[in-house]
Amino acid sequence: MIVANKNKIVEMANNLSENDSGTGRSLWKDARSRFIHNKAATVSLFVLIAIVLFSFIGPYFAVWSNEQIDWNAMGIAAKVGMPSIESGHFFGTDDLGRDIYSRVIQGTQISLMVGVLGATVAVVVGTLYGATSGYLGGRTDQIMMRIVDILMSIPYMFVLILLLVVFGRSIGMLFIGIGLLSWLDMSRIVRGQTLNLKNKEFIEAAKVTGVSDFKIITRHIVPNLLGIVAVYATLLVPGIILAESFISFLGLGVQEPSTSWGALISEGAGTISYDTEWQLLFPLAFFVVSLFCFYFIGDGLRDALDPKDR
Amino acid sequence: MFNFIIKRIGIAIPTLLILIALSFYLMHAAPGGPFTSERPLPAQVLANIEAKYGLDQPVWNQMTNYIWGILTEFDFGPSYKYHDRSVNDIIGQGFPITMKYGFWSFIVAIGVGIPLGAIAAIKKNTWIDYLAVGISIGAQVLPNFVMAPLLIIVFTLWLGWLPGGGWNGGSWEYLIMPVIALSTSYMASIARITRSSILEVLNTNYIRTAKSKGLPTKTIFFRHVLKPSLLPVISYLGPAFVGLITGSVLIDIYFSTGGMGYFFVNSAFNRDYSVMMGITILVGGLTIIFSLIVDLLYAWVDPKIRY
Amino acid sequence: MNYFPKSLAVGFVLASFASASVLAATHPVTGETLADDQTFTYSLLDEFTSVDPQIVEDVSGSAFVRDLFEGLMNQDADGNLIPGVATGFTTNDAKDVYTFTLRDNAMWSDGNPVTAHDFVYSWRRLADPATASPYSWFAEIMALENVGGVMSGEASPDTLGITALDNHTLEVRLTASLPYFAAMTTHASTFPTPEWVVRTSGNDWTKPENIVSNGAYILTEHIPNERAVRERNTMYWNNDATILDKVVTLVINDENVDLTRYLAGELDMGTVPSGQYLRLKEDYPDEATSFPRLCTYYYTFNLSPSGQEAYQDVRVRQALSYAVDRSVVTEKILQAGQIQAFTFTPGATAGFEVPPVAFGQMTQDERNAKAKELMAEAGYGSDNPLNIELMYNTSEGHKKIAIAVQQMWKETLGVKATLANQEWKTFLKTRGSQNFDVARGGWCGDYNEASTFLDLLTTPSGYNDGKFSNAEVDELMLEARTLSDATANYTRVEEILANEMPVIPVYHYTGVFMLKSNVKGWPYDNVEQNWYSRDLYKVSK
Repeated sequence: MIVANKNKIVEMANNLSENDSGTGRSLWKDARSRFIHNKAATVSLFVLIAIVLFSFIGPYFAVWSNEQIDWNAMGIAAKVGMPSIESGHFFGTDDLGRDIYSRVIQGTQISLMVGVLGATVAVVVGTLYGATSGYLGGRTDQIMMRIVDILMSIPYMFVLILLLVVFGRSIGMLFIGIGLLSWLDMSRIVRGQTLNLKNKEFIEAAKVTGVSDFKIITRHIVPNLLGIVAVYATLLVPGIILAESFISFLGLGVQEPSTSWGALISEGAGTISYDTEWQLLFPLAFFVVSLFCFYFIGDGLRDALDPKDR
Repeated sequence: MFNFIIKRIGIAIPTLLILIALSFYLMHAAPGGPFTSERPLPAQVLANIEAKYGLDQPVWNQMTNYIWGILTEFDFGPSYKYHDRSVNDIIGQGFPITMKYGFWSFIVAIGVGIPLGAIAAIKKNTWIDYLAVGISIGAQVLPNFVMAPLLIIVFTLWLGWLPGGGWNGGSWEYLIMPVIALSTSYMASIARITRSSILEVLNTNYIRTAKSKGLPTKTIFFRHVLKPSLLPVISYLGPAFVGLITGSVLIDIYFSTGGMGYFFVNSAFNRDYSVMMGITILVGGLTIIFSLIVDLLYAWVDPKIRY
Repeated sequence: MNYFPKSLAVGFVLASFASASVLAATHPVTGETLADDQTFTYSLLDEFTSVDPQIVEDVSGSAFVRDLFEGLMNQDADGNLIPGVATGFTTNDAKDVYTFTLRDNAMWSDGNPVTAHDFVYSWRRLADPATASPYSWFAEIMALENVGGVMSGEASPDTLGITALDNHTLEVRLTASLPYFAAMTTHASTFPTPEWVVRTSGNDWTKPENIVSNGAYILTEHIPNERAVRERNTMYWNNDATILDKVVTLVINDENVDLTRYLAGELDMGTVPSGQYLRLKEDYPDEATSFPRLCTYYYTFNLSPSGQEAYQDVRVRQALSYAVDRSVVTEKILQAGQIQAFTFTPGATAGFEVPPVAFGQMTQDERNAKAKELMAEAGYGSDNPLNIELMYNTSEGHKKIAIAVQQMWKETLGVKATLANQEWKTFLKTRGSQNFDVARGGWCGDYNEASTFLDLLTTPSGYNDGKFSNAEVDELMLEARTLSDATANYTRVEEILANEMPVIPVYHYTGVFMLKSNVKGWPYDNVEQNWYSRDLYKVSK
């Protein structure tokens, strides 16, 4: 479903660029060159790619697997579990004697996937929903927004528990759970912007010339929203990555011995005062660096895609 | 405008009813009940308890009785877990606490976040911008569950300046750490939304026109840029403030503040139906009110917006 | 003590002040110098459920109720029975009629005398279906006359087998011979309740502004999930012997924060986070405390028809049990003096000898070798690995043990175990409906006798979630009820369990806490850990 939507957007974008290419310059080519000229964004993109590559190549250098217990370090991580080349625990071990290096690598895969896919679901659903509601206005807007009010107030823990009970445990359900929770705020913000946009001259003009509502929303409203959407999406990613650990707590989502940044960070934070600071610092470092990358990429995208800059 | 408000209040009632019905169904569909325990109660004891709380009746009857109780006596029922307290007691105690530290967190978050975002936007791509961005991301990447224990270790264990938790009627020394922990992530979001929004407005034709006319930057910024760029910030703040009630659970857990967040999460785990419903209705009501306020603010920021 | 109305007997108040100032110097028995500030602050991980004696259902709430109210009998530091409101009791030869004599100087905090009628009221209240007490089953196991009829609503609460012969004499009639009945009156459910306050204040009667109690303390402040304060009750008949003036309960939901605040000096008693006991014992040898508890941690196989067929094979069950290295769990994961379990009943249980079950005698290497052998015999190996889902309820401690056991099974037997955590109520429902492979379980004895554990594995037991059923076990346990010494039966049952292995016993619990070394009087030797604040005191450092 996510992929389908993605394709749709790309398709939409392609149509868009074809139609708007009256000036002879492709919007997308233009955007790409602007993105590449944004140093912070390109560096961030490379760092993020490096992190992703690391999560696939890293295991070849690992001495321990992510679930293997070093029985000699178990229970005495503070004394023998510190980061060391000799023991093969490059990032140290957790309290059970498991290798943080391997666990961070494995957690990176899960968390980046959860963060990016979750944010994509939220962005696509939230943007389309919010733009539609705001553009159509009137009674439709009222009903659509009251539905959002209801969904926002529903005790979401029961929704997650029921997902677990009815559909069982799978990583797919995790995305659905996260997606369900996170598109609501997005739709509110997008709607607010749309209310403001739809009074602008170019939308009025499109309306007068008889362009259909659907086309106005997808070709004129949404592209003009990309700035705020990009920023909000980068705000969503860390939230989603951390929310995963709470959803896993309910029994849905990632199960031990698999792990994620959220789980590693919260475990590390719990033992922060017991002389095992590496349990927090390594996963946190990956998390922080990735967030900076997401931020600059989001910012770069915003600048590159801003139609007003054309 | 007045008609609009009346209409919205009219819609609020069916909205709340749908919310109540959906939540009731969800709660009762979740496995286990308030009196499910590791040692199942003897059948007679369980029957007596269920009879007392009306849990032996069909869900539909329970729901209508519940709504009737609220309408006639403003009675949200007793807590099934904390037997000495009614839902009114729990909300009456927890809500003001959450509101107090939530309010101050928002003041701090807005007071720091908006100027930070504005400076970053005006000085785009200079070191000031990068510093502001660094601060805001730095504040966001330390999640509450890292920040809270750290604060307690530093300020309570090492320095001994602040009490490690509790509420004590909300006196300032008990308020500082919860507000720091809670405001940082909001501050980061506000700063970034503000920055991007201001950049957007700065790029619009009328600001360019104003600039080319040679108006002083300060005048342009405060008269023409700031107000319209607050729109997305308002969209963000409305729901965020309501989300505080249910989302501040980590603050309550780490700082033992006794606020609503912990009651909300715990009542789900305990299947404390009545507390859960009470909080859900409160959250629903506030969501509706804040949606309305946000819509009114939109109209203030952009007079062209009509509903 | 400013919460006391001035109209109260001035002399009484003065007397208590006078005695307090004497006590501030030295302890009357041990002669230790007492601290000036007699405030005791301790923490709870969760808010307690109630302070209403007939409603309370959790351990921390019961401790609170024991301070606020006083029943007929109390326990001393060793768990022996000592007089409470009753100065003593007599019983007939059949041990089914008990007569308690109440002291005439016991008073409620509002100045009313405590009489036999207060107990009649509270016991009826316990059984009354209108109260709907989750602990009303306690009235049933007390075997009070007519309790069944009262609880089902068929008989009026007045017909319950408890009568006030006069203000200070209470007669209790039972339907069975219970030699240990008097000990049951130390349970919070049997404590008196002030009828006049319950009548006027209804559900709000336990709030600080309304509550009237007859124990050593009265409730002065209660903010759920934050704090509760109890202070000296000057009307208590034995107030002169109470040393602590004020007891503060703080709710701290996070065990690590709890410890931080303890170390920062905010608490006199705090939590030991899981796995931190040894480290704390090294740094604070006088403060970190561990004591055995009557509880067993185990994994249960799903032996019902809905379970995997593999578990019907006793060799598989044995192999999985043998391959669990219990010493790793107790010494490396938990590290707080827990005892490795090879039987279901803890060795600390009164009247129980741990039988020398064969697999308990082997070394772990022997057990592993035997386990491999058994698994191969059962037809599982690297080409045909056994798949198991190991289910546990969400908790840091359960998670660690499950991860370790999963690795042990994998490394020793090649078993492919997946882990599945569930939130508590979902977990209970899933386990109770036999929708699992292997599930975690924990059981704490209700009383200090082996049957409280072994009854769980009989066919009719409502707690037998694995649905183990063995005719001989059922028979032996039924017979044990009528025997004066059933030790032989329990031993035999444990031997059967060791062969049949319906559950994998992992370890027997210990209780752990941090207690400041200047707090004295903690009842370490009371196995049930029933403590009373009035027995505690703080000495000056």
